[in-house]
Amino acid sequence: MDLKTREVEPTPAERAAIDAVLGTDESQGAHDRTGGQSSRVRRHLLLPTLHALNDRVGWISPPAIDHVAERLDVSPAEIHGVVTFYGLFSTHERPARQVHVCVDLVCRIEGGTRILPDGAHPSPCLGMCEQAPAVLVTDAGDPGRRTAMGGVMGDQLKELAAGMPVSAPERRTTASVPQAADPGLVLLRRAGGGDPLDFDAWVADGGLRALDRAREVGPEGVIELIDAAGLLGRGGAAFPTARKWRAVRGQGATPRHLVCNADESEPGTFKDRVLIENDPFALLESMTIAALAADCARGWIYLRGEYPGVEATLMSAIERFRAEGILGADFDITIRRGAGAYICGEETAIFNSIEGFRGEPRNKPPYPFEVGLFGAPTVVNNVETLMNVPSIVLGRTTSNRRLFCLSGAVAVPGVYEVELGLTLGDLIGLAGGLRPGSELQAILLGGAAGRYVAPDATDLVLDDDSIRAAGLTLGSGVVMVVDQHVDLVDQIRRIAAFFRDESCGQCVPCRVGTVRQEEVLERLANGVRDGQVELLADIGRAMTDASICGLGQTAHHAIESAVVTLGVFRR
Amino acid sequence: MNDVPVSIRDTDPLPTVTATIDGADVTVAAGTTILQACGGRDGEIPTLCYGDTITPKNACRLCVVEVEGSRALAPACSRPVEADMVVRTRSERVDHARRMVLEFLGSSVDLSLTANVTAWNAQYGVDLDRYGADAATVARPVKVDNDLYVRDYSKCILCYQCVDACGEQWQHSFVIEIAGRGFDAHVSTEHDVTLPDSACVYCGNCIQVCPTGALVPAVEFDMRAAGTWDEDRQVVTETICGFCGVGCGLELHVQDNTIVKVTSPPDNPITHGNLCIKGRFGFQHAQNRPG
Ligand SMILES: Cc1cc2nc3c(=O)[nH]c(=O)nc-3n(C[C@H](O)[C@H](O)[C@H](O)COP(=O)(O)O)c2cc1C
Ligand code: SF4
Ligand code: SF4
Ligand code: FES
Repeated sequence: MDLKTREVEPTPAERAAIDAVLGTDESQGAHDRTGGQSSRVRRHLLLPTLHALNDRVGWISPPAIDHVAERLDVSPAEIHGVVTFYGLFSTHERPARQVHVCVDLVCRIEGGTRILPDGAHPSPCLGMCEQAPAVLVTDAGDPGRRTAMGGVMGDQLKELAAGMPVSAPERRTTASVPQAADPGLVLLRRAGGGDPLDFDAWVADGGLRALDRAREVGPEGVIELIDAAGLLGRGGAAFPTARKWRAVRGQGATPRHLVCNADESEPGTFKDRVLIENDPFALLESMTIAALAADCARGWIYLRGEYPGVEATLMSAIERFRAEGILGADFDITIRRGAGAYICGEETAIFNSIEGFRGEPRNKPPYPFEVGLFGAPTVVNNVETLMNVPSIVLGRTTSNRRLFCLSGAVAVPGVYEVELGLTLGDLIGLAGGLRPGSELQAILLGGAAGRYVAPDATDLVLDDDSIRAAGLTLGSGVVMVVDQHVDLVDQIRRIAAFFRDESCGQCVPCRVGTVRQEEVLERLANGVRDGQVELLADIGRAMTDASICGLGQTAHHAIESAVVTLGVFRR
Repeated sequence: MNDVPVSIRDTDPLPTVTATIDGADVTVAAGTTILQACGGRDGEIPTLCYGDTITPKNACRLCVVEVEGSRALAPACSRPVEADMVVRTRSERVDHARRMVLEFLGSSVDLSLTANVTAWNAQYGVDLDRYGADAATVARPVKVDNDLYVRDYSKCILCYQCVDACGEQWQHSFVIEIAGRGFDAHVSTEHDVTLPDSACVYCGNCIQVCPTGALVPAVEFDMRAAGTWDEDRQVVTETICGFCGVGCGLELHVQDNTIVKVTSPPDNPITHGNLCIKGRFGFQHAQNRPG
């Protein structure tokens, strides 16, 4: 490959940002003796390098792209393709202060109709629905600062956009976990219980006991325990975890990888954030056990870029685990920060993103257990799935504990941990019931990729079988309660816009279908009826049937349920 | 060229699988795709993004078929036949998906130079009018920034073939990539620089694989604009390139005794359809006529 760049030097700040990730030794340049091979194997450092640039200078300039291209021996066109894939990056110069204002399903209700002030721009769900309305403020600089903030109302938003300094937000554990300190909690047992990064307190509270037990019973023993508990994935697809681990363990190729999916971008979902904020060591212990069971040498946590607080917490926790000798020898964990792309939570898009490519889903088969990250057998598990592991290994629980993200018109929004088998109405009752003055209009179950149910669905029993029998999904545990004040047409138009924005663009049914779906909804909202509902159904069916991945395949579900089940355009 | 490991090449028969396709038992070599088992591009399954020389990206989804036990439809162009698979290549569901793919593309992209589309539109009952006059399209200005070829991305269906031909699969120049995301995804050089400003070597292999006429040689582009391009009047003559010793196969497209385009057969064992700048664009000397 002949690299051609424009030979314009990056600025000293850009160079420093790049060097901070790639090192200062530029001799490993494009055309060394290995023909660039030694640089190209570092391509997985592309995303961290782009983050370093964006954090430091606020955007990614052509000379910076060219310089990174030379350092990694990756063509500038490819890097440009990667940069422009992600919502948090810009190829145009912009002010150091950026205010990303959540305009998604819950925040658009809680924030009223938001007219965004100059300097602020709309963002998909920031994963802080229980603290709506939410914003993410980024300040490029050395060091750059990123702050996620909840409860930001009109005037404060204006001030933030105008450059008002931000103070670090206080921790709001009890606000996010209304059940905090309930002795029956398993997954959230440490919520509200002091400093989550106090390693000694965590160990005194039973931390590492599961890892010890796992070492006693050995990999097969662990997998059997997980199998017996019937643990199903919590990332949305409800796949049996033991089967996944066993399949990876049975593969010849090494090193195998374990990827913890903490991309949590499904609108209405915030449980993984709350889990990690409250019990970061438990996630690392869980991953260490999973790695032991599935025989993985490398661990990755793919964390969405909008969770700066979680990233800082995890970095401290990992450092401590290394210092304690738990990580580092047989198994180590690297954090990869996403950059604003819902699709990167898809289990193969996540590989492309980590490897430094555009986060487009891969063709399946082959499946991740055979050909995953860097082509090696890989386990991908959701945060909540993994967090179930220690208590199962210790024989404390079956897998029936589940987290739900309650938001919208409930008295006390937050993450709730329950034993499956209760009804939807019970669950809403746990959250204090409806707000005073609220009447139930609908409930969105499972997020934007889930479906709306009518008020009479409060009798629905929440367990995997009943939910499946009802043609529904628990998805990522979203229970978004919609009252009579909410404009459902506005909500489903937002869902349509979300999928249109987040489609990777690879396949026609999703790339064009999400655009056409949004156009039809606009016509319907404007009172044009003839043939439009039928056209909407035709579009939805093709997306569901013919898209490559779960994004396109589910992009019509919530809209279909609102139109068909709730009859929003019949009213 | 074959991919059979040497150890089993001569002694063992090729491993085969038997599946049921449209009610008939079909036995094929392991690894054969459903499309190949159904006659490839000459068979009944329509394809758009599939090319003969590039690993299928299964992006257009026109070739989808029903595979029993699979929730979504499967792309015939890239899904290998598995033992005991039950495949239906036509059904109401399949036809619906194909109709919608044709409608989605037809309503957003200029398919005027894409082969077979008119026939498929009729076959699958395509109705483009129902998307309205305001339907978003990918229309954008034509890029004419060099003497050899023209890029008209209003015609691009994002099949990824040019990207793969320019990059990893053939030329290793990596000049063009997909940039942007979703409906905004498009083929681009870095920072959208012109081709002369990029690392483009003008091999034209992207033109060779482009199924939509989004990438065309400048001569063809100009003749089309002037209304003089007429494939019915063209004769294709095969020959071997005389520039160097590799011996690449050429197809000279001749109209009115003038070479108007050079391609290379995709099944040519030397080129697989690829050429270099000399073979593809250096044909003027062959027709320097006195005068
Ligand atoms: C568009 C899309 C986005 C996804 N996002 C996430 C995510 O943010 N977190 C997650 O755990 N799973 C996500 N998934 C599901 C993953 O593909 C995968 O099934 C899951 O991480 C597997 O882990 P589990 O078996 O523990 O659930 C997503 C799937 C799709 C199709
Ligand atoms: S369904 Fe959508 S997100 Fe998934 S591969 Fe296709 S275009 Fe990309
Ligand atoms: S320009 Fe042609 S070859 Fe390239 S992606 Fe578009 S349609 Fe495919
Ligand atoms: S030809 Fe198979 S997906 Fe395009």
